[in-house]
Amino acid sequence: MSVPETVLEVRDLKVHFPVMAGALVRKQVGSVKAVDGVSFDVQRGETLGLVGESGCGKSTTGLAILRMIDITSGEVKFEGEDISAYDRSRMRPIRRRMQMVYQDPFGSLNPRMKVSEIVGEPLEVHGLASNRAAYDTRVASLLDMVGLLPDMADRYPHEFSGGQRQRIGIARALALEPSLIICDEPVSALDVSIQAQVVNLFQELQERLGLTYIFIAHDLAVVRHISHRIAVMYLGRIVEIAPRGELYAKPLHPYTQALLAAIPIPDPEVEATRPQQIIIGEVPSAMRPPPGCRFHTRCPRVMDVCKSVDPPMRDMGGGRAVACHLYEA
Amino acid sequence: MVAVAETVRPSPRRRRLPGSGTLAFIGRLFRDKPLGAFGFVICVLFLFAGIFADVLAPYGYNQINPINRLKPPSERFWLGTDNLGRDMLSRCLYGAQLSVIIGLSAAALATVVSVLIGIVSGYLGGKFDMIMQRFVDAWMSFPDLIILIVVVSVVGPGMGPVIVLLGLLYGIGGSRIIRGAVLSVRENAYVHAAQSTGASMPRILWRHILPNVMAPVIVLFTTRVGAVILAESGLAFLGLGVPPPAPTWGGMLSGSGRSYMYMAPWLALAPGLCITIVVYAINVFGDALRDLLDPRMRGSR
Repeated sequence: MSVPETVLEVRDLKVHFPVMAGALVRKQVGSVKAVDGVSFDVQRGETLGLVGESGCGKSTTGLAILRMIDITSGEVKFEGEDISAYDRSRMRPIRRRMQMVYQDPFGSLNPRMKVSEIVGEPLEVHGLASNRAAYDTRVASLLDMVGLLPDMADRYPHEFSGGQRQRIGIARALALEPSLIICDEPVSALDVSIQAQVVNLFQELQERLGLTYIFIAHDLAVVRHISHRIAVMYLGRIVEIAPRGELYAKPLHPYTQALLAAIPIPDPEVEATRPQQIIIGEVPSAMRPPPGCRFHTRCPRVMDVCKSVDPPMRDMGGGRAVACHLYEA
Repeated sequence: MVAVAETVRPSPRRRRLPGSGTLAFIGRLFRDKPLGAFGFVICVLFLFAGIFADVLAPYGYNQINPINRLKPPSERFWLGTDNLGRDMLSRCLYGAQLSVIIGLSAAALATVVSVLIGIVSGYLGGKFDMIMQRFVDAWMSFPDLIILIVVVSVVGPGMGPVIVLLGLLYGIGGSRIIRGAVLSVRENAYVHAAQSTGASMPRILWRHILPNVMAPVIVLFTTRVGAVILAESGLAFLGLGVPPPAPTWGGMLSGSGRSYMYMAPWLALAPGLCITIVVYAINVFGDALRDLLDPRMRGSR
């Protein structure tokens, strides 16, 4: 049996959270459309960067793929299997092949468990270690893989720094040899100097183990280094998806352009003279997204059509697609 | 690789932690938590006093001696005698048997009930939690005394009913505290990580939730021990506790202790001090236990 090359296919994924009101009789008064029609593919061995500001639904997308929250509609196909309607027991074998690395290096490790117990728990849950020796060997090799020493297995999480804790979290995610790892802002909580180390570790592991990542981040600078392709999200939608090189060289969507312009250039003269593009205003409410293009309220290049017609995702060739009226034929 | 080189430094300050056996644990208790160890020793002493009361007590707990009634502490009667001339030391020793057993077992039962209800209700949340908590509300809105009087008048007074009743009364109320702690613990990413790995619910509750709510669990237990010993005295006063002449500390305090407080203060002092000392000892021991069980507190004092 050949391994399918497309690890993940997401089609028109929607996650809406009901908003209830009323003291005695509670009824639904609306819904927060956290993810509202997101589609993308992830190929084996690649890294898809998922970028957007807080509240745009990038983490929710990650959680929905893991089936940790209910999907309102749409399809999630993991290694050819549509898992969008799977229940708990049918998800169990799937969970072996999908893992997550969390943002918070402090909250993501149980303070009462030793490192060996944290890293080895997935092995226990899925009955993968036949005896104590096999378990210890596996844990030691996992720690080695993420650059930790075997004697650290007997310690507790509070004895480690943020970067080391993140390595422990990565070792835990690797324990089951998953085909897909969803990294939910795995470096945002770390010092800048440590960020680079952890991003390098992710890349190194990908080369060695052929891993596939969905790398969620809120700024384009971090994902630039690690991603092969990048999807930019705004208010529950993907507005642009493109190979890394193209996206950074020539961003198409005005929102992507604004995000890129927000990355400071480490040269004061260039920084002072380059044209500023600042998006003003707040992200509109996900309960009542604006009609037409969702970005039109803040878009510097807004046109009349944007206020009424929702732009569809348009294939621009070369693996890139954008949802913007500026690029209509 | 720069990344790896930076992090693989073994820390030199690490000293070998002793094993996790019971003996090693007691060793750590005495070394790191002297006050807690003191409390532990007091608890053990009272337990021994209770268990070996038959050997230790100079007189029987119900040995009446009308000639020597209301005698102050002396060489013959170390803690004095009560209004019937019974030796207070003997009564307090036998009382340790009853009061400490009632205190520990009712508090233990209460803690188990609190933990079971609190953890499951708090972790599951949603409708189950809603319904469960309304039952707890209903239970707590009954006056304790009414429940006690009704049940005891049906099943009759005695040690068993007192333990079960007090355990349930305190346990159901205390479940709120555990539930509250669970509500915050279950939001941690490590719980989420276990769920997304496919860990079963019992596993998550046992390995992830319970160890992280141990602090309130232990505090709940230690405060309940004192409360139960005192509650038993209230029951004894109403004739609903362990029936006389069985000597419970609470019973001594609320019975002859109260009536003769001005004439013979030692009648109230002896059992009162016993309760105070045991409750204090359990509290400091509980605090030490809480700290020792928390890996983050190890090595600090």
